[in-house]
Order: sequence, then structure tokens, then C-alpha cells
Amino acid sequence: MVHKSLEQACLIMDRSGVDTRKCMMCGKCSATCPAFDEMDYHPHQFVKMVTEGDIESLLSSKSLWKCLSCFACVERCPRGVEPANVVEALRVTLLRRQGENYITADDIPGLLDDKLPQQAIVSAFRKYKK
Amino acid sequence: MIYTYYPGCTLKTKAKDLDLYARKSATALGVTLEEPEDWQCCGAVYPLARDEIATRLSAVRTLVSARDNKRAVVTVCSACHHVLVRVNDDMKNDADMRGKVNRYLELENEYGGETEVIHYLTMLRDKIGFDEIKKKVVKPLEGKKIAAYYGCMLLRPSKIMAFDDAENPTIIEDFIKALGAEPVIYPFRNECCGGYVTMSDKSLAKKAAGKVMASAKDNGAELIITACPLCMYNLDANGGADKLPVRYFTELLAEALDVK
Amino acid sequence: MQKIGVFVCWCGSNIAATVDVAEVVQAVKTQPGVAFATDYQYMCSEAGQSIIKNAIKEHDLTGIVVCSCSPRMHEATFRKTAQAAGLNPYMVEIANIREHCSWIHKDKNEATQKAIILANAAVAKVNLNAPLVQGESSVTKRALVIGGGIAGIQTALDIAEAGYEVDIVEKEPTIGGKMAQLDKTFPTLDCSACILTPKMVDVAANENITLYTYSEVEQVKGFVGNFSVTIKKKARYVKEDLCTGCGECMSKCPSKKGKDEFNCGLNNRTAINIPFAQAIPNVAYIDAEQCIKFKTGKCGLCEKTCSANAIDYNQKDEIIEREYGAIVMATGYEPIKLDKFDEYQYSKHPDVITSLELERIMNAAGPTGGTLLKMSDKEHPHSVTFIQCVGSRDISGRGKPYCSKICCMYTAKHAMLIRDKYPDVEVNVFYIDVRTPGKNFDEFYRRAVEEYGVNYIKGQVGKVYEKDGHLVVQAVDLIANKQLVLDTDMVVLATAIEPSKTARDLASMLTASIDTNDFITEAHPKLRPVESPTAGIFLSGVCQGPKDIPETVSQAGAAAAKVIGLLAKDKLLTNPCVAHSDELLCNGCSQCEKVCPYGAISYIDKEVNDHGVRETRRVAQVNEALCQGCGACTVTCPSGAMDLKGFTNRQIMAEVDAICK
Repeated sequence: MVHKSLEQACLIMDRSGVDTRKCMMCGKCSATCPAFDEMDYHPHQFVKMVTEGDIESLLSSKSLWKCLSCFACVERCPRGVEPANVVEALRVTLLRRQGENYITADDIPGLLDDKLPQQAIVSAFRKYKK
Repeated sequence: MIYTYYPGCTLKTKAKDLDLYARKSATALGVTLEEPEDWQCCGAVYPLARDEIATRLSAVRTLVSARDNKRAVVTVCSACHHVLVRVNDDMKNDADMRGKVNRYLELENEYGGETEVIHYLTMLRDKIGFDEIKKKVVKPLEGKKIAAYYGCMLLRPSKIMAFDDAENPTIIEDFIKALGAEPVIYPFRNECCGGYVTMSDKSLAKKAAGKVMASAKDNGAELIITACPLCMYNLDANGGADKLPVRYFTELLAEALDVK
Repeated sequence: MQKIGVFVCWCGSNIAATVDVAEVVQAVKTQPGVAFATDYQYMCSEAGQSIIKNAIKEHDLTGIVVCSCSPRMHEATFRKTAQAAGLNPYMVEIANIREHCSWIHKDKNEATQKAIILANAAVAKVNLNAPLVQGESSVTKRALVIGGGIAGIQTALDIAEAGYEVDIVEKEPTIGGKMAQLDKTFPTLDCSACILTPKMVDVAANENITLYTYSEVEQVKGFVGNFSVTIKKKARYVKEDLCTGCGECMSKCPSKKGKDEFNCGLNNRTAINIPFAQAIPNVAYIDAEQCIKFKTGKCGLCEKTCSANAIDYNQKDEIIEREYGAIVMATGYEPIKLDKFDEYQYSKHPDVITSLELERIMNAAGPTGGTLLKMSDKEHPHSVTFIQCVGSRDISGRGKPYCSKICCMYTAKHAMLIRDKYPDVEVNVFYIDVRTPGKNFDEFYRRAVEEYGVNYIKGQVGKVYEKDGHLVVQAVDLIANKQLVLDTDMVVLATAIEPSKTARDLASMLTASIDTNDFITEAHPKLRPVESPTAGIFLSGVCQGPKDIPETVSQAGAAAAKVIGLLAKDKLLTNPCVAHSDELLCNGCSQCEKVCPYGAISYIDKEVNDHGVRETRRVAQVNEALCQGCGACTVTCPSGAMDLKGFTNRQIMAEVDAICK
């Protein structure tokens, strides 16, 4: 196995609180994921790629923004690996870089409609920008 | 019975029904809900990253104030409930997090997750009892086939949320029965509706909401009820052309108790 | 004053390359009591042992120290050497200068200094050694086997074959265990009942075997060679000696709503019941909780029907006390409960079944007469989906952390049998890994794929749900990297297995140790796999760890061989390094009794003479046959009354002093 960046892998493990090496590649997370078909890398690949230190590929992936944080993978994983936490740790890692906000405050008004609940707006600020 | 009542932002704006009927029903059931004057937004989304401290603080403030009032917190909104329960769990079980938060807040008494956070539904089930509610129902919703939509936030991760069985929950079905209606069990009641990306990714949100809607309809539901304003919005906005009506569970409760 | 000889072994270059053996010899010569010291290339060799024997005689040695490998390796060897030269074997001490010294150090000077210290400590101890004599205890020449599945049956048959009496205690009304419920066995596909039931008949016919079915072990006392066991034989309400097993009572019994345990609850049984046609003993029993006579006092139809007059509603539980020399645990396993795996809808949908339930459905004596049918509508399925590792290799808290070992092979068997009998049925198997180590096992699995066209898909199932009257499986194909949504008619869950719920209580009765998963621990994972660390307790079958039938039968035979080896002895030599209580120091506090894991300590009222004062005191007494010399009591004793022969507090302190000098 080539560790592209062991340092970055450790950072993601720390940030997510997940030891990705516990994964036995059963695929239960990917079997469960409601956004599987939208993703370029799938949940089990996220876990594997973090272990291997291939962080940059994940940071530029479409999947990062497809995860619904529904925690179905967390609930059903037989190894106590929490793929949703890994995805979030990667999102946060990207957003904390300068100029990498996914959605900016200026984008938000254009996405609103009359009925959109407050919580969606609040969480958008928290989820998509730092 | 007196509880600290945490409505959350959405219940003050777009989900006024959820709030209004929760209060009216509580009164009818003999429960006093005390809303603190100075509550803050919980943050709306639980910060999964372990090194996000600041985004946890407002939830902690709510929990601390409930502790100081010696009351359990009752929530209605699924998202608020999720955030408060999980942050509370962090404060109880993550020593590192607890230390950082306490050092930052400089509280008079350190907070260690002492507050009990209960959802309105759990209060109905565990503190009042569905049998008791059944007795208080004035206008039973007879003949109505209602699908409970649990979504994600209340159930998962079940180890922390401890709300109900994450795969075969029964609490909302039991609630529906107590109101005299007929619960419809359908497989996607605990699958995600896509609300998380409802602003940023309409097509995915539509796809996920469509599956939930189809699953409920296929199983003969006439109506969907939920506890989550975001699910409510998303199922309604993205549930497809021939979607079912979606309502808050509190509205049905108020209707059955005849306090609507 | 002792006259001690020190023998420093080179162990070829194992020790000598890192330890300057000559320097060790010179150094120990200065120690008090040392009369002789030398070194040699291989002290354990014939020539090396002669050096020791000659030195003992020549220098009139009263004790020896061998500086060599671990005492686990050659302590017994050198004790025999000493004994052959007329020295008490307990006057021998080993200084481990190999595992504890030469193997773990690189610097020769450091290693040499450490070897000298270890040798000095051993010398200091021998200075305080006293000759010890092994005691003797008798052996009751009868064995007890707990559990009457294939493991217990095989162990009992092998012991009986050697001419010893053996009793089987089985909690169910019949022997046969899980194997009796299986349809076919891998990898040969022979009928399970056809190979098992002749063995069951052999058990019944064997003069040396006594069967206690519908019985449980209540209490175990005693020690190796001399166990005293209380067995509760539950009332069957049917006289075993009169019942002919004709089954007339079952055809008349009006209470027909009991869950048929033998068929995994897939159909109902009557309150009076014989579990299956080939049950041993072929004797009915009455389920009192279900029986109308017991519930209401009315009915009594079975009694009227029975032409053998075997029904006895007043039968009571019977308590049997028996003595045994050895006890074999053969308590087997159960599939885990699946209430925490409801994403598969096992508790909700009748067409989601466990593999054991499928065995019954495939079996001619099962609920469908051997025809593969959906339990929901008794219709023929067009596709069957197997899910492997349900609850196995699971550290989330929902399942078991270990591999259940048997599932890969039985799933291949099920898939193959279905494709063979019903070629129209599509069979998919979702797997994480296919594990097939075993003779002809991988070939068997490959046949399922290559000859029978079973689809093996690497990946797991996330959710099972019902749609339009059939089941839908949402899964992943990890090799194609695709999420799959498949329609299927039946889902079969390869459910993890766990040790029988009875194992934990029995282990504590037997003072046999048990691991975190409730498997009984073996004395050594490689070299003593069928013995418990507790003398006289042996392990057979899945109670020790997951295993298939061939492995279980092998282990059952091995356990029997160990039992026979024990029962063949007329006397057992006891370990003399046991605890001993100084009754003058003992304050009767009972703390030693509480910590003793072997039940070796009891308290008696005894008249003692304490410096001329005669009085009766409550004092600890050690049963030397039970004591395993673990020393727990000696460190617990607050008054310093308890000591361990061969490892006295004085000896240990002398060693510590020598090291700290």
C-alpha cells in the first residue's frame, strides 16, 4: 500500500474520531447509502482511501457534497467505523482552506424560497463555509 | 409536570404550527412547558468533526441553563433534538471536549452532561403514556391511514440517540394508534428524505424524497406525519407531483385532543 | 548449610553468544552455599545430565541450580536427573538465562551481569528449599459428559469403548443436539441424520453409558479424580421405562399450539411430545406449561390413550448424586438472537429466515416435508438471497467479534442444494470473504459457483424490505462498484453462533475459565487444546470455539483420550507446591476461602496449642488435591498464615534480596 500522506490520514482520523483501519471492507455502508448513485467515490472507498492517505482525491471529489449525513452507514456498520464522520472531517478540512467555501453568504439568497425552514439556512452557513 | 421547553429557531418562523400545537396539546395534557427567555439557536446541524468546539457552545448554553433550573429539556424539532442530545453526550463522555468547552465558557459550575434531553414524543410515551393520551382523545382520528416519517435525526446513531429501535421503530405508530388512527408501516420511514441537501442539490433531494413518498403511498398511506421541519419542507417541496399531504405530529395531536 | 551445585548451560550459541558463561561460573562460586559450579554446551543432553549426576554424588550436593532455558522447557528434565542421583527433585531451581536474558539482550556485558544476578537469586532460593513429597489421591473410574450433541456423543462413545463408565447429561429430552437438526453435511452432502442417528443408537445400547436426558447439572464439588456432581433430572411426566415411543399420545393430545423447538418454531407441536422420530431415548415428555391437564386439571387424554400406562402426572424432579473422575464440557452453541439486525426484517417477515431454519425447511422431516417453500404463503420461491456474516466479525456491539467459522461452508451447501433440486431458482450469496480452509472445502465452494451457477457477490446487504408482495434487497457489489436493488423471494441469514447460555454457569461451577465471548478457555491454545486449566475438566466441541462437525469429532476423540489417560491411573500424584496454613497464625477471617478459584480452602474448628494455651479456633485448611498452587491466598492472607510450599514468602524475599544486592 502506498501512503500518499500518512500525516493527512492521521489528521482525518483524529478529526473524525474514526479509526478507518477497523474497516474490513464488507461494503455495508455503500449498500446502505441513499446517495450511492450520485457519488464518484463511494462510502467504503472513502474509508479505504483515508487509510491509504489518498486525501487530496477525496477533497476534490463530487461525493463530498453528496453525503446526506443520514447516519445509516454509521448505524449499520459492523465494525463501528463511522463513514459519515469521515466525510464530514474531509468537508471541514477543505472548507478551512482559504477560498474553498462551497456556498458563500452571497449565494444563499438565490437558493431560498418562501417555505424553506430557518434551520436549512443556519445549517447551510455551518455546513458549507468557514 | 414542568419542563424546560426548547422550541428552536424554525418553530418561531416557518414551523409555527409545530410549536403552537405542541403547546396547546401540552396544556390539554396537563404539562407545563416553560420556554427560557434567553435561548439561543442550537446550531441546526451537529458538528461531527471532533475539533469543532465553537459550534457546540450554543447547545451547551441551553443545556447548562436547563441544569441550573433543575429541569429536563423537551424538544420538538428533530434537528434540535439531535444536536442537543449529541452535544450532551459529548459533554458526558468525551473528556477532552468537556474540558475545552468548560474552559472556554468559564462556568460557575462545570457542565458534564447532567441535563436530561427528551423529545416531545418520548415525553408522550414515557412521562404521560400513550394509554393516558388515548383516554384524553376527544376526536379520535378514526379511519385515517397515517404514515409516520421518522427520518434520520431522531433515530440515528441509536447508541447515542436512544430514541427507539433504529430499524423497526414503533413510537410514532403507537402515537398514531393512541389518536385512534391506523398507522401505515412502510420500508422507507427511516430512510433519508434528502433534506440535508435540499438547498444545494435539488435533484438528489427530489430523488430521496420521491422514494420516501412512493414507499408511503404504495403501502396505502393517506397522510404523512413528521417531527422535523426540514423533512416536512423537503417532502412537500420535492415529494413529486402526486405527493401525499405532510403534517406535523403535534397538529394531529391537537386535532384529536380538540384543542386545534 | 546447603551444598549447592550450579550448572551453567551454553545452549549452543543461544546463551553462550550473549552471556559469558565462564564468568557466571566464577561469580556464583562466591555465593554462600555454593560448593561446585561448572558450564557445559548442552546441559539437557545425556552428557550434560551425567555431569550433574556425577557432581551431586561426588560433592554430596544438597541442592542444584541449573542456569539454562525456561523452566517450562526443562525443569521436569532436571528434576528427574536430580532424582536419579538421589536428590529430592524439589531441591532443583532453574535460573532462566535464555528467554529472560540472552535472547532479549544484545550487549554481552549487560547480559552476563544479568545472568549472574539471576543465578544468584536462584542460589539464594535453594538455600531455603526443603525437600517436598508429592501426595497421592484416588481416581473414580467414571466420566461425566455435559451435553449430548455430536461432541458429547463422540466423547462418551470413545470413553465407553475403552471400558470406562460414562454418563451423559443432556438438557433437552433427547440427545442429538444441533447436528440432528441439520439436513445434509458438507463437503460430502451425506444426510446428517443418517450418520448421526446410528451413533445415538450406539449410545443408548452401550452398557458403559448412562443417559440423563431432560437433566441439568446442579452442583459440582471435589477435584480431579474425585468430583461429586448433583444432577437434576426434570420430571417428564412419562415413565421412561414404560414408554414405548409409539406416539399415540401425540396424535390424541388436544393442545397443539406449542412451538416445535426441533423445527426452530416453524411449526407447532403437541404438549406431549417426542422431539423427532429418531429421538434417543424414544420417550415422550409433557410440556407442563402447555398441557391442559396441568393448567386446568381436566383432559388426561394421553393417560387414557397410553396402552403402556407410562403417563404419570405426579412425577417429580429427581436429584441424582454421582461421583466422577473426569468431567467433559460439550455444551455446544446456539445461533445468536437477531433482534438487533432488523435492517434484514427477520423479526417482521416470515420469508427472512436463519440458515438453521432453512436446514429444517430442506429436511424431509421438517415443516414443509423437505420442499423449499416460502413460509409466508407456502409457495415456491424463484430466487433466494443468502447474506453471510450476520452478527459475525461484528465489533459494533450488535454481534460477535469472532468469525463463526461454519457459515461459509453451510451457505455454499445450501446454495448448491437449492440449485441442484430447483434449477429454476436464482441463488445469490452476499459475502465479505469466503473462508474455506479444510479438506475439500474450497473445491466444494467452487463447485457451487462453477457447476451449480450460484452467484457469489462480494459485498453486504444494507436493507431488506417488502414491496408488492416480494422482498427487495438493497446491497452493494464491491467488485463492480455498484449498488444493487434486487427482487427476491427468500432471504437466508448466516447467523453468528455463540456458546450455549448454560456454559457460563457451568464453567463457574467447574471453576473452568471462560473468555469474554463465553467460550471455555483451553489450558494452552496450541499444546493443550482439549483441557481446561482446571485439572480433570476437558473440552469437546463448540464450547471451546466455533468448529464444524469433522473438527468437533476430532476434538471429541482427543478429549476422550485425555479422559481415558486420567481414568487409567489408579492414583494421581499431586503437586506438592501447594498452599499451607499456619494454624497458629490464622485468624479465621475467611478471606483466603473467598479468593481461592479452586474451592480448595475450607474452615474447620480445631483445638490448637498456642504456647501452652489450648483453645478451639476456626482455622483455614487447604485441600492439597484441589489446590493448584496459584498463590492467591498467600497474598490475600492479612495475618501471614498462608504460605506456598516451594515458593514460601521467605524464599521469594531471599530471591528479591539477591537481585537487589
